[in-house]
Amino acid sequence: MSEMSIAISEKLKSEVKNLNFYYGAVQALKNISLPIERRKVTALIGPSGCGKTTFLRCFNRMHDLYPGNRYEGEIILYPDNINIISTEIDPIEIRMQISMVFQKPNPFPKSIYENVAYGLRVRGINNKQILNERVEKSLRGAALWEEVKDRLHDLAFELSGGQQQRLCIARALATDPRILLFDEPTSALDPTATSKIEELIIELKNEVTIIIVTHNMQQAARVSDSTAFMYLGEIIEFDRTEKIFTAPTKKLTEEYITGRFG
Amino acid sequence: MKDIKRRIAISKYWDYTFATIGLLSSFVGLALLLTLFLDLFIDGFPRLSYKFFTSFPSRFPENAGILSAWVGTVLVMIVTALAAIPLGVAAGIYLEEYAGKNLFTNIIEINIANLAGIPSIIYGLLALGLFVYFFKFGESILTGGLALTLLILPVVIMATREAIRAIPNSIREASYALGATKWQTVRWHILPYSTGGILTGIIIGLSRAIGETAPLITVGALTFIAFLPTSPLSSDFPFISFRWLLDPFTVMPIQLFNWVSRPQKGFHMNAAAAGIVLMVMTLVMNGIAIYIRYRFRKKIKW
Amino acid sequence: MTVFEKELGELKEKILRMGAVVEAAIRDAVASLVERDSDLARKVIENDHKINALDVEIDEECIRLIAIRQPRARDLRFITTAMKITTDLERMGDLAEDIAERAIELNEEPILKPYIDIPRMTEIARGMVRDALDALVKGDTELAMDVIKRDDEVDMLNVQVFNELLFFMIQDPSTVSRATRITYVSKYIERIADHATNVAEMVIYNIEGKMIRHLTPSQKQ
Repeated sequence: MSEMSIAISEKLKSEVKNLNFYYGAVQALKNISLPIERRKVTALIGPSGCGKTTFLRCFNRMHDLYPGNRYEGEIILYPDNINIISTEIDPIEIRMQISMVFQKPNPFPKSIYENVAYGLRVRGINNKQILNERVEKSLRGAALWEEVKDRLHDLAFELSGGQQQRLCIARALATDPRILLFDEPTSALDPTATSKIEELIIELKNEVTIIIVTHNMQQAARVSDSTAFMYLGEIIEFDRTEKIFTAPTKKLTEEYITGRFG
Repeated sequence: MKDIKRRIAISKYWDYTFATIGLLSSFVGLALLLTLFLDLFIDGFPRLSYKFFTSFPSRFPENAGILSAWVGTVLVMIVTALAAIPLGVAAGIYLEEYAGKNLFTNIIEINIANLAGIPSIIYGLLALGLFVYFFKFGESILTGGLALTLLILPVVIMATREAIRAIPNSIREASYALGATKWQTVRWHILPYSTGGILTGIIIGLSRAIGETAPLITVGALTFIAFLPTSPLSSDFPFISFRWLLDPFTVMPIQLFNWVSRPQKGFHMNAAAAGIVLMVMTLVMNGIAIYIRYRFRKKIKW
Repeated sequence: MTVFEKELGELKEKILRMGAVVEAAIRDAVASLVERDSDLARKVIENDHKINALDVEIDEECIRLIAIRQPRARDLRFITTAMKITTDLERMGDLAEDIAERAIELNEEPILKPYIDIPRMTEIARGMVRDALDALVKGDTELAMDVIKRDDEVDMLNVQVFNELLFFMIQDPSTVSRATRITYVSKYIERIADHATNVAEMVIYNIEGKMIRHLTPSQKQ
């Protein structure tokens, strides 16, 4: 590795280079390049159908679950320098390192404990003591421990929506991910639960690199360090969040940010 | 204002009309069932006794019982269940979770859907050719059970697929996103969450099979059997015997049919009594299906 | 046009109205001095409350819009610009009032010398105020930059006036009272030009999103 790339990889967790993505014959992402800073929150915003969720789901190869999808280009994961979307790399290997929190809370219909432990069990960890430790650590990490420590073996469905989403965050954290992907994580939650999740995201970035897709512009402004504005499968503008929200350079970004879009 | 009120009144009049027609229609079904059951009950109840269950068929109506019939039915059902569950569930899981969308799987799907609509006697013919003549299982419990397996397999596959399809995709994605393989996802999530639906489907399939006569007669079930199959438990090592699988048999509906076709009034009473037993068996199975569905619905709500 | 856009349009109109009132106050204050018209001066002093009222009204409207509309990007810049501009305009109004007060005092005494540089300074300063607000309306960065440049002329004239009056005072101490007051007036106009410069700088922020305050002239380019 040259000195230059060492310097880059120290600051960056990942780097997207000329990414194209196709749903069958339809090109959904066009020539996307984007740096993902280490232990920072990167937000992807844009109108519905702009490709932000599609882009997010490239990072953990979710598109591989469905036939007919094709990637082109590179998403480099530092410091190992592996190309996430290379066909030579098993998507399962990627998903073991990059976790995801979905739009609607989707806990398994199992106990709170088993929900968090699942990712570990998938990795073959069945040692009770290790599981207990990791479950507690993850629940603490997701600011849920105090609320559920006395009922770890209750069904996850008995939690409120906001708690369920924090449980999903704990589940994603349990496997010590290198990148945590959030796909509109608060779109199904009330304002109080939303602000709890937002606080949590800001805290979590001390531990893990975060990419978040959000419909809520104010949320991107509140939680992210950098923001990428996407439109029709392209990144129109990428900059520090405060720059995007006070003085974007592109007219399209300005129109979207100020709510004068379309 | 008056105009609107009149309009509402007219519209509501149709509401009442349809509600009345609907209610009457529902009563027709219910009344028929009740009449049937009552008729059976009045005719057959006096014949229901301990002796009725423990006696073999006989030339004398008052001595005749359903021992060989109900034992035969239970054993055939066991064979059917043991064969249909693993085959049907595995096929259902494969089609839903593993198979891609292509011409081949489309053909399989259409075939399965059509199989469910084929007359049951055709399955009998198939079983006759396959199990009796080709595999040489004879006119046995095994052949009978497998014939019914063919009959309910489409039902089990469809029920499995329905149950699996009811699991939201977000649950699969959650599992895969954590790095799970397909089998891990099936084993930890898909199967446990669809068990209720699958079991319900199996029981409904079995309760259909329990009343089937045609395919069993086709494969050579006897109408008059005065002995029991070999006991599955034996006093010699290895203490379990599968000889019974190859023994001849009869089942409840065949016994019932046999009695109905006799001229004596006493046999008709026997038929009614056997009818009650068969009906209760079916109702109990459906009851179990409803209970299972209720239990799982309570635990899992998407 | 959305409701929010209409509200922003109304806000802009209010700022322009306030600018017009302030500009008139500056003109009248200096006229009351040059033409020795104390009644006009008293009118300027009386009218200052109108400017203050507009300042409060605009600030409240800005705060309301921030709370209710959560403005972003150019809307956010415009509203913050509006809040800062009105502060400057209000200070200009106060300075016009100060000029009017000095005019009343000076009009009580014999004329020291004909006013030549003061009207020139005033013309430049008023032009700066007008052009700064014009730049806001038109989104014209160049015009705003030009306003900033003109501040130097006013500064120079202020030094010139001060030196001239200093000469008067050294020659004839009886002129000290009047000369000092005229120095004040000159200083007030110089301050008005400074505020106009602030307005121009905020206008540039509003257009470009760049803060150019406290930069050296070369950096501003």
